[in-house]
Amino acid sequence: MVPVDQYLWLSLALFTIGVIGVLTRRNVIIILMSIELILNAVNINLVAFSHMFGTVDGQVFAIFIITDAAAEAAVGLGIILAFFRNRETLLADEMDMLKW
Amino acid sequence: MGLNSILFYFFSALAVGSAILMVTRRNIVHGAVYLITTLLATAGVFLLLQAEFLFIVQVILYVGGIMVLFVFVIMLVNLDVSLLQYQFNRQRFVAGVLALALGAQIFLAIKMGQKSLFPATRVPEILPKNTEAVADALFGRFMLPFEIASILLLVAMIGAVVMAKRRV
Amino acid sequence: MNAQPFFLDHIWLIPMFPLITAAVMLFYGRRLSNSVVSWLCSGSVFVSFVFSVGAFFQTVAKPSAERVATKVLFEWIPAVPYHMFDGKLAKFVADWGFQIDPLSCVMILVVTGVGFLIHIYSTGYMAHEGGYYRFFGYLNLFMFSMLMLVLANNLLLLFVGWEGVGTCSYLLIGFYFHKKSASDAGKKAFVVNRVGDAGFLLGIFLTSALLGTIRFVDIGPALAAGGFAIGDPRITAIALLFFVGATGKSAQIPLYVWLPDAMEGPTPVSALIHAATMVTAGVYMVTRTNAIYQLSPKAMGLVALVGAITALFAASMGVVQNDIKKVLAYSTVSQLGYMFLACGVGAFTAGIFHLMTHAFFKGLLFLAAGSVIHAVSGEQDMRNMGALSKKIPVTYWTMLIAALAIAGIFPFAGFISKDLILGKAYEKDALLWAIGYFTAGMTAFYMFRLIFMTFHGKSRVDPDVEHHIHESPKSMLVPLVILAALSIIGGWISWPEIFGGNSHFINFLSTVVAVPHEARMEPLKGPSSRLGELYLMLLSEGLVILGILFAWFLYVKRTDLPEKIAKGFGGFYRLVYNKYYVDQLYDALFVNRAKDLGLALGAFDRNVIDGVGVNGAGWLTLFISKVSMWWDTWIVDGSVRLGARIVWLFSYPVRLIQDGLVQSYMLLIVLGLIGFFGYYFYVAHHAIR
Repeated sequence: MVPVDQYLWLSLALFTIGVIGVLTRRNVIIILMSIELILNAVNINLVAFSHMFGTVDGQVFAIFIITDAAAEAAVGLGIILAFFRNRETLLADEMDMLKW
Repeated sequence: MGLNSILFYFFSALAVGSAILMVTRRNIVHGAVYLITTLLATAGVFLLLQAEFLFIVQVILYVGGIMVLFVFVIMLVNLDVSLLQYQFNRQRFVAGVLALALGAQIFLAIKMGQKSLFPATRVPEILPKNTEAVADALFGRFMLPFEIASILLLVAMIGAVVMAKRRV
Repeated sequence: MNAQPFFLDHIWLIPMFPLITAAVMLFYGRRLSNSVVSWLCSGSVFVSFVFSVGAFFQTVAKPSAERVATKVLFEWIPAVPYHMFDGKLAKFVADWGFQIDPLSCVMILVVTGVGFLIHIYSTGYMAHEGGYYRFFGYLNLFMFSMLMLVLANNLLLLFVGWEGVGTCSYLLIGFYFHKKSASDAGKKAFVVNRVGDAGFLLGIFLTSALLGTIRFVDIGPALAAGGFAIGDPRITAIALLFFVGATGKSAQIPLYVWLPDAMEGPTPVSALIHAATMVTAGVYMVTRTNAIYQLSPKAMGLVALVGAITALFAASMGVVQNDIKKVLAYSTVSQLGYMFLACGVGAFTAGIFHLMTHAFFKGLLFLAAGSVIHAVSGEQDMRNMGALSKKIPVTYWTMLIAALAIAGIFPFAGFISKDLILGKAYEKDALLWAIGYFTAGMTAFYMFRLIFMTFHGKSRVDPDVEHHIHESPKSMLVPLVILAALSIIGGWISWPEIFGGNSHFINFLSTVVAVPHEARMEPLKGPSSRLGELYLMLLSEGLVILGILFAWFLYVKRTDLPEKIAKGFGGFYRLVYNKYYVDQLYDALFVNRAKDLGLALGAFDRNVIDGVGVNGAGWLTLFISKVSMWWDTWIVDGSVRLGARIVWLFSYPVRLIQDGLVQSYMLLIVLGLIGFFGYYFYVAHHAIR
């Protein structure tokens, strides 16, 4: 059996990579994809603990997270489309109209 | 070193490697493909954790739904010029450092609580029916969140339609 | 006092009539025609004259010891208590009261009588002049003032009249105010008078402080009660101060300089004010207060000396003048000197007598001179006259009579009054008599020089003017004739006793001069021996006739000589001709110094008061407002802005965080997470555990 903490390390690694992706990349689609990655890391964490305790609560929670991720991806991509139509850009650096 | 471990190491290496690749590719289509790979690897991990229903949901929903959506949108907005621009923004170094710091913190936190982790209980010979258990929980104890999630999906649908439609 | 005779009880009306017509002139004169003005103004003076005659007769009717009557109209200044010099408490009272005694009777008769004649003359002389009603208004105002002066029963009311005549003199001298020389002359007269008035006023104050009263009837008893020794310095001071006033009003040295300039006024003004009446006010005042003078031999000596010197001095200037009116002006100064000489030697009544006769012949001389000037179309320089005797006979004969009177030819009026004075002077001091004697000769000389230059010899009249020479209208000639008659018989009311007369006039006035203590003056009787008096008379007659002959010689026979003599005397002649440069001396000493003071004060006003004070106040206000503005801008507003800036100081950096970039927000979230986790995992860890 793989000890639970191994799964946690995996989750942490994916999470960190996701955070780096969100903070660092300029292309908003990549940012969105990095967010999906973070959510995924959390899912792994939840399911690992669910397996550790022997209940399914973690899995149910993970289902909800997936649902949420779907909704969010849909709306987010809609926004990106709308923005792209207006400004012809996909770079987060150029989306600063709401500055002071 | 059981089959579990080998499979676990395989899937986790695949996941992490794909993740890294995804974050570093210039071409966003490549990035999308690598994300698909990562998600599939994650699905494998779920399976290792005996969460069959979640494994299927992951593959169908996440990969088959969300990523397809991503690819559609990528196809809609793909610009050749984006291949020639900088990939990483100005705050990359600070961001990198901070992200690593965050990772380190969580690492230390996990390290601190490691003692309270215990291995999974012995897996019974006959596996309980995971899907049924999930269904029991989902429609039983978690009914309310379920309904709320459905409303969430409705709202998201409307939002997506509104956001993406062409102004007349 | 009840049950006074009518004219005495209504004595206050005498000044009132001319005052009323003067007021009418002031308010309505503009709209009245010349003839209405003439009738009104001359008429009011005539009525006053009638009242004066009535008052005179009613006074004469009383026994001689009771001839002082008083009529008080109202209490003018109520009793104001004050402390006299010797500490006693006295009350300063001045009432609007009139005193009729022999002296004031003589004065009002002369003033209203001669005044009336001059009014009649003026209707003819001023007929074609502008401002006719103004002239008569001023003239009547003058009559009012002069009558108030001579009728006053106390020093303060007398001073009111004194100032009044001074003002009218200024108004009338400057009647032709368009001419600068005329308005300057008016100013000069007023200012010089004022100098004298200051002395007079001080004298009044001193009198009230020393004697406790200013009423004439009370001065005598106060002097007796006060026990003043003869020659008391305080009494002398009062007498001298009064005399200062007299020198101003009556044109003696050193305040005579205004009288020659006063000839700028119309000729009737010169006749009335500067010959017959106003200038005599000083003599009247000295006589009125003779009780004070008689207690101070030093003061009387000074009066006599000043009078004599002035007489000589003025006569010398009259000899060389070429303007007919200027000669007469200096003559007036000289004759006034005679009057003061008389007062100074104690012959107050002789002085008043000469005052009266002088009014007649000097008034006549001025009016006749006006007639001459009228005939030669305004020419006043005698060098451009001559051979007028046949052309204007009435003027000529009346003027000749006046000249004979002033020269002192027997039996004209001037002879009697002048000889009285000389006689009394001889008794007192031979030097004074000698000065008077010599001056009499000069008087005769310059008077007849005037007559010969004007009426005799070859005609030096400008040919254009010669055609228009004509006699004056009747309104001017009739007064001339009347005055000529008075000049002849005027002296006969005090016919000298050596010729069998009985000095009515002198006796009439003697009660006025009576002094109620031991050192009374002897009633005027002339020099101790009758023969001495006759001898003196012959001496003076001789000199006078010599003078007339000399004048005839120089100005009819050998008319070339005067010029040669003048050249011969060169510098001395110029000195006299320029009036001894006294005017220039006064200018340098006083007039220009006063102007300098005025300029200095003006500069002070401009630079210090206006510059520092007004402009300074303005600058100060501006400065304060600038400070206030600075305070408001920097301190008051500044504290408000300071608060705002402090807020800004904190908010600005925070605002910069919002750069619109989602990733930077993400970064901050991560940062916050790190902090959050840091706290909860490591700090609170122990507390939880």
